Order: sequence, then structure tokens, then C-alpha cells
Amino acid sequence: MDGQSGHSSPPLSWRADGRKGAAIGRPAPRLEDERLLRGGGRYVSDLIATSGPLRVKVLRSPHAHARLLAVDATEARTLPGVAAVLTAGDLAGVGDLPCDWVAPGMDVVPLHPVLARDRIRYAGEPVAAVAAETAVAAEDALAAITVACEKLPPVADQEAATGEGAPRLHDAVPDNIAFRFRRAGGDVARAFAEADVVIRRRLTNNRVTAAPLEGRAVLSDFDAGTGRLTHHTSSQLPHAHARSLAECLGLPLHKLRLVAPDIGGGFGAKLGFYAEDVICALLSMRTGRPCAWAEGRGESFFATTHGRDQIQYAELAARRDGRITGLRTRIIADIGAYAMGMGPGVPAINTGTSTTGQYQIPNVETEVIGVYTNRTPTGPYRGAGHPEATFLIERMVDELARELACDPAEVRRVNFVRSSDMPHKLPTGFTLDSGDYAANMDAALALAGYAELRQWQARLRAEGRYPGVGLATFSEGSGAAPSIAMGAIGFRRAGHESARVVVHADGRATVFCGTQSTGQGHTTSLAQIAAGVFGIALDDVEVVEGDTQAVPFGTGTFNSRSITIGGSAVYEAARRVMDKVRKIAAWKLQRRTRDLIYENGTFRPVAHPGAVVAIAHSVRKVAQKVLPVVFRRRSGFELPAPQRDAGAVTFADVAREAHLGHDLPLGMAPGLDETCFFDPKDILFDYGAHVAVVEVDAGTGHVALLRHVVVDDCGRIINPLLADGQVHGGAAQGIGQALMEAVVHGSGGEPLVSSFSDYAMPHATDLPAFETGHTEIRTRMNPLGARGVGEGATIGATPAVVNAVLDALAPLGVTDIPLPMTPMRVWQAIKRARDEQNLERGDDA
Amino acid sequence: MPEVSMTVNGRAVRGAVEWRALLVDFLREGLGLTGTHVGCDTTQCGACIVHVNGLAVKSCTMLALQCEGAAVTTIEGLAPPGAPLHPMQAAFRECHALQCGYCTSGMVMMALDIVRRLGEPDEATIREELKGNICRCTGYHNIVRAIAAGARVMTAGYK
Repeated sequence: MDGQSGHSSPPLSWRADGRKGAAIGRPAPRLEDERLLRGGGRYVSDLIATSGPLRVKVLRSPHAHARLLAVDATEARTLPGVAAVLTAGDLAGVGDLPCDWVAPGMDVVPLHPVLARDRIRYAGEPVAAVAAETAVAAEDALAAITVACEKLPPVADQEAATGEGAPRLHDAVPDNIAFRFRRAGGDVARAFAEADVVIRRRLTNNRVTAAPLEGRAVLSDFDAGTGRLTHHTSSQLPHAHARSLAECLGLPLHKLRLVAPDIGGGFGAKLGFYAEDVICALLSMRTGRPCAWAEGRGESFFATTHGRDQIQYAELAARRDGRITGLRTRIIADIGAYAMGMGPGVPAINTGTSTTGQYQIPNVETEVIGVYTNRTPTGPYRGAGHPEATFLIERMVDELARELACDPAEVRRVNFVRSSDMPHKLPTGFTLDSGDYAANMDAALALAGYAELRQWQARLRAEGRYPGVGLATFSEGSGAAPSIAMGAIGFRRAGHESARVVVHADGRATVFCGTQSTGQGHTTSLAQIAAGVFGIALDDVEVVEGDTQAVPFGTGTFNSRSITIGGSAVYEAARRVMDKVRKIAAWKLQRRTRDLIYENGTFRPVAHPGAVVAIAHSVRKVAQKVLPVVFRRRSGFELPAPQRDAGAVTFADVAREAHLGHDLPLGMAPGLDETCFFDPKDILFDYGAHVAVVEVDAGTGHVALLRHVVVDDCGRIINPLLADGQVHGGAAQGIGQALMEAVVHGSGGEPLVSSFSDYAMPHATDLPAFETGHTEIRTRMNPLGARGVGEGATIGATPAVVNAVLDALAPLGVTDIPLPMTPMRVWQAIKRARDEQNLERGDDA
Repeated sequence: MPEVSMTVNGRAVRGAVEWRALLVDFLREGLGLTGTHVGCDTTQCGACIVHVNGLAVKSCTMLALQCEGAAVTTIEGLAPPGAPLHPMQAAFRECHALQCGYCTSGMVMMALDIVRRLGEPDEATIREELKGNICRCTGYHNIVRAIAAGARVMTAGYK
């Protein structure tokens, strides 16, 4: 039959490789790419460049700690081109910046003003803002603002900050300690008392920055006539940020439309809610004109949250056979000058509950201490607390292997939580849902050719060279948590995600989802899920995200949750739509839904109906004959004769019928439009194994990363091309942290890094071609069977590379090199080790 | 304000610019060609690469006035609207060589410069040639693959 008659739009295409259900799991090139490749991206800065708004610039403190005495903007306000100036005195009635994740045990959340009020607590803290006709005029006006302040002694190190007599940042927090979060399980004291081997280490996890290539940017436009604010911002959390903005400004949410258009990378840095959003919105409300701010790269190094920065004291108890019996950790996390965004919860919950990694460690004690210092606030950075925990345990396990002169793979193997023991409740709280860690590590070892690598290493060592092989495994609680658990851990966000799936009258579909792509490719992956359910072509599905007007509910993108939670919401909503489609098709074919076959977009009755089917068919025919009679009596019109027994109806036929409503099953509401809130039952864990292969140049300290192998288990994969892309990019960032990235401050808290010339990030020459693989154990925590994929590679890469470098230098007796392992630090460690060896030889002589 | 004229993507353009205006500002704000991006302000990231008289140039490090009379090509000029993608653009799509897309135009413009000078370089050479470009999303893996694939198609096409 002709399913398209009377339609002007082109027929639905069946190009999904001609395979049924092929949309899910197919390495489809992305739908968004052609537009981006033609230069058609619409990033916030592009909207600014083409719309002529007032330009906003922010005056920032050069001091890390100071008493703010006066801000005088009298002259700045009179300068040509200046439309408005904001100082703290202009912010009456404006709320402070919120903390989204108040760690358990955090009694006080210090106020975090939009513009510094009476104290400055980090270099880069906003003090005033100007809106002017041009960026240059705004800069000139900043220079005309005079700030009187009295410098205070700063503290730029979390251990120093907790010391006796340390400068105090917040009056309400006398010891600079934001929280102490403790978790314990088992009998740790006994484990250590009875241990054959005890390993103790102090590890540092360096302060880094996400550095998405697009800095943050805001374009805010208030319409005084309607009282509506349209706010474009480079955000990973449009809905949460809309709520924060509305609270700060006292704006009703139905008058606020927050739009996150194309976003040029986020990696956690765009999860925080920042002062500049409030500043631009307020300036637009004051001036009646659109106001825009775009972060300069230099500015981003102190205006945007940093990541990591923990000092970790770890003690590991083990038996001589390699079994780990106890783990005691004390982690001192620098949360910077303010508790901002997710800042406190990242080390407390994500690090504090994850220190046991993939291992069955019965006796565990963890304390995470969050400390305020005079530095830029820290926040989530790809992995958000999990890389720190993984680094800790994977370093300790390698140290144990070294102590026992045992292969690091074997030490891991004997300690893995076994597949058969899952679900496994961790002593620190959460539950590992499912997985097979040994099989996963074996897959990585096989892909790497581990045995051959050790032979290669022995050959090179014999030549006096320094090759190293490093291993790391990880498991990451991802997808965040059920909403009820989010509340319990002080996380002021939902755990669910919403999706609305609409099928239009021509059989094409739009997916609205509360997630937010910052490059992950949701336009394609979420479309694949819906297209898979409907059996329609991928480009017949459009995905809408990042617009609080088009998508009323949403939680956002973080913790590798977009596919597991958002994708599951899309899947469930699409399934509900499909159920209705099937019912309409059954009505039109006068069959029960279960007696239909759906193939290539067409419903057909089963070929040979049994007796039951035939009876049901007849009953339906009778029911459908009654309807025209009733209708004629009531209205005097004839119903058109239904085209029953047509033999087949297409998806598009059903869509048209659902919209017209001329001939729907009795009592069915028209439309194909379903919304689902998917709230996970529990946290799920993605996991994986990395093998890094390096050679260290002992003369220069340079580390060459020769190979990097990743085998992760992200459960069911929606699009292998995109999943591997996440692994590549994630690994690159983890490698960057291990070898080169560091946000460095002077002892006075002054930032020493302010551009890509002094913040080293991996270039193409620093990285090998990645070797990736996947094991696939589907989780039962969501209907897709999908686990997180966005962060895992970052989590595993750092310890794998660090372990490889230390493995390379093991013959020299090098046991630790602080992160990042720059050539200078590696060279120094080699020199120290050689000096010690020479000294020993000298002593012997 | 002084005036500047140049040919951009085959079209003669003219505009008043500040003395200190950068080429990238003229392209983005003056001409609305926002496919060229600014990622760093310090000539490190390469997101702003365009071709000036056939050579890859970081448009954040060149004054608009320096381009008087020059022929400039931006990402928007590689394939006219409606026409198929340039082979290098197509290779980037096929190889999933872009994620957030912010560095992409600079990467593609640099890739074309690499192919123009070196034909079909090997992987190590491609990596070396990308020393002036930063991507934070892809780990370069698929960018390197795409440049090799695009180079193959392009050199085959020129025979």
C-alpha cells in the first residue's frame, strides 16, 4: 500500500543499513558533524560576535587574600561607551552563589558573593564589572576603577591551612576545615596488627584545569516589556543553572529561558554556577540591552574552577600471598577559597567512598578533609574524585607488588572482587552492581601483549635503557545516583533525567532531553536510541537539548550519565510511544497487537493466525461496525469507510492517524507524545583496565609514551565510534595530568600559570595512537544495559602512566615522583637515586 | 578608522576596522564568518587558523590591515552551501575526528596546509605537523586518522 499518499514531505527513508534495529550499536558518523565542519556551529561566542550586545568585562583581584576597603567606580561610570558598572554596592537584593553539593558533615557553607564584598579570598576573584559598547571601552573602564584594599597573609596549601596560626579565610570556619567525612567498615586496627606487609605512602594529586577549548561565555538579554530573560550560557547543566540564576536574581522560572547552544567542551568546568552569569543578567536588566561576556584564556586559569588537588596519606595492610587485608587513608582536599558548585562533594563522596577500587578489601577506614585555601575554588574535572581514589589505590597496589616482588597484574587478580560476588557492597557504602574485572584485565593484557612486553622490557634493560610497563584498573560509580540518594549525600540535584519523545505527523521524531552535549554527540547517540525503538532512519530523528523552554525538566551532563540515565529516559519514552503506535496499527489491521509483525517500518498481521487470533479478529470487526452506526445517529454524517484489512500499515500511516485522530481505537487520546523521567534504582559502575608502555630517557628525564591500551566495560554500546572517541579523549586528559599538566601557584597564592604557554596540555606528538577494546557485561540498572563511558579513560590513564614511569625507573630505586612527572622532576629523581647509589657504593668501599 | 579590502572565500570584501583589529575579529564580527574560533589568545591552540594567500595562518596573530589585498579562505569557503563537503571535511566526519567542534575548523585548515606541502605524510609526521594545534576532546587519535584519510583522497583526486 502507498503509505505516503497525500503527503508533500519526502517519504521516510530506510537507510539504517537495511538492518532491523540497527540504529543502536552502529558506528554511525555523527549527524551534527556536517554543520560543525562547515563552520556552522553556534557557540555562545558566535552569537555574541553576530548580535552586537554590550560587552562585559570583569575586574579581578590580583591579591590572593585581602580586606576590601573600598571600590570607587565614579570615574568609570562617566567614561565614553560605558553603559553600566557593578560593584558589590550595586548588588542589593542579589543572592550569593550557591554550593550544589554540601558534603555530609559540612555544618557551615560560607557566603560566596557574586562580587567581593569585604574580603578577597583568591587571586582572580571578581570585584567589579563593566558593560560598555565595545570590549575595549569596557577594558578602559576597568582600568579607571580604583580598589582600596589591605593585603592579608594568604595560605595556598591545604596542609599549611590546617596548621596552627594559619590565616583564616572565613570567620565562620576557624580552622579552615570545611568538612571531615569519614567512612569505615570492618576491623582496620586488627588488619594492620596482623599484616605481613604494611605499605605507607604520601601521594599528591596535582591541581589541574579542564581547559575546554571554548572558554565560558554568556549572552543575557532581558526584555523589560515582558519581564522575560533569555540567557545563553556555555553550560553543562542548563536546568540547574536556570534555577540558580533565578534564585540569585529573584526571577520567576517561567520568565527565564536559559539556552546552552553548541558548547566547546566542558569536562566538568562548566558544571559550576559562576558569577558572570549573574553579572551579565543583572547588567542586561539594568541597561535594558543584551550583555555578553566571554572568558579570555588567561582569565580562565583563575576564573574557572580547577580540578583534583589532594594530598593523600595511604596505608595498606596485606598478607605475604598478596591479599590486601586493610586500607587506611587520610585525604586532604583543597577546595579552594569557596565551596562552589560540586566542589566539596567531589572529594568527600566520590573519592571517599571509592578508595578500594576493584578490590575486595574487607577492612577500610577513610577520612576526607576538605580545606579552604586562598586559591581558585576546585570543582569536578573529568572523573571528579574517582581519578583521585583510583590513583591512590592503583599506586598502592603497585607498591605492594614491588614489595612482594610479584607481578602487578597478579596482585590485582588475587584481590579483585569476583564476578560471582556481585552485587558487592563496599565497606565504604555503595554497591558494585556487576562486572568481571579479571576478564576485563585479561582482555587488556592480551591486547597489549603483556608477556611479550615484559620480555621486551628485559631486553632493553639489558642494554641499559629504561622501558616501563604500567597497569591500572578502575571502577567508577557513574550515572550519579537515584534522586533519593542524591538528597542523602547533600547533592542538591536530581538523580533522574527527563526525555520527551514526539513522533510528528509524517513519522519523523523529535527527542527532547535534559542532558547537555558538550561534544559527546548526543544529537546522534540519543537519536540512535529512538530510531532503534521506532525502526526508522537515524536522520529522521532530531534531538533537542539545552533549552529550558523547549525542555522543561532536566538534570544535565556529568558523571558519565547522559546515555545511562538520559538515554534510558529516551528509550522508555520512545517505547511508550511505540506501544501506542502498535495499538493504532492493530486497530487499523483489526488484529491484536501481539498478532502483528513490525519490519522495515511496516506492520503486518502474522501470516497464519491460529483459532484464538481469528476469533479476536472477528470480535474486533464487530466492534468496529457498531461505531459508524452510533456516529450516524448522533451527527447525521457518515464516517468514511475504514480501509481495514489493508494488509499492512506503515509507521508513517500510524503517525498521520495519531495526529488526525479520525480513526483511533475507542477511547484513545490522539498524538504520539510521551515523557519519561528515568530515575535509576541504584548507582552502577563502569570499569576498565589500562596498560601504558613508556621509555624514559635517563639523560633528560623525558618520558616517551610508546603505547596506551584501554579495555573498558561500558556495558551495551550505543555507538562504538563515539564510545571510542570518549576513550581516546579521556585517556589523553589522564595522561596530561600524569606527565605535564599543573596549575601552579606561588606561596602567596599568586597564579603562575595563565596561558597555554605555561600550562602544558598534550599535543599530538605527546600521544601514541590509542589501542582500545571493550568487554561487555550489561548492567541491570537501566533498560539499555549501558554503563558510563565518558570519564573512565581519564580515571585509569593517570595511574597507568605513573606506574609505567616508576616501573621504568625501578632498577634505579626510584619509588616516587610527584605529579606531573615533568622531565625536570623525572631527571631530578633519577639523579637523586643515582647519587644515593653512588653514596652506598662509596660507603661499601 | 582605516578601511581594509581583501578577498574572503572568493568574495571581495571591504570594511572599516580599528588599527589594532585582528584578522579573526574582522572575519567573525565584521563578516559574520564565525566558523573560525578563538581558543587561547596566545597563538598556541590553532583554532583560528585560516589560509592567507594559500598559507595557513593563525588569524589571532595577524592584524586585519595586514591582509590588505590578500586572498583569505576560511572553513566556510571550503565547500559552498549545498555542495558536498570537501574531502578533508568528509574525512573528519567519517573518522569521528571532532567532538565539541571548537578546534575543528583550525584543524581542517591546518590539515589542508599539511597535504599541500607534504602530500601523504606518515602518522608521525602528521603528529609533528599538528604541533601548533590543540584539541582537548579527541586525544588526536581520530584527527590524525582523518588527515591521513583526507590526504589519500585528495592526492588521488589530483592525479
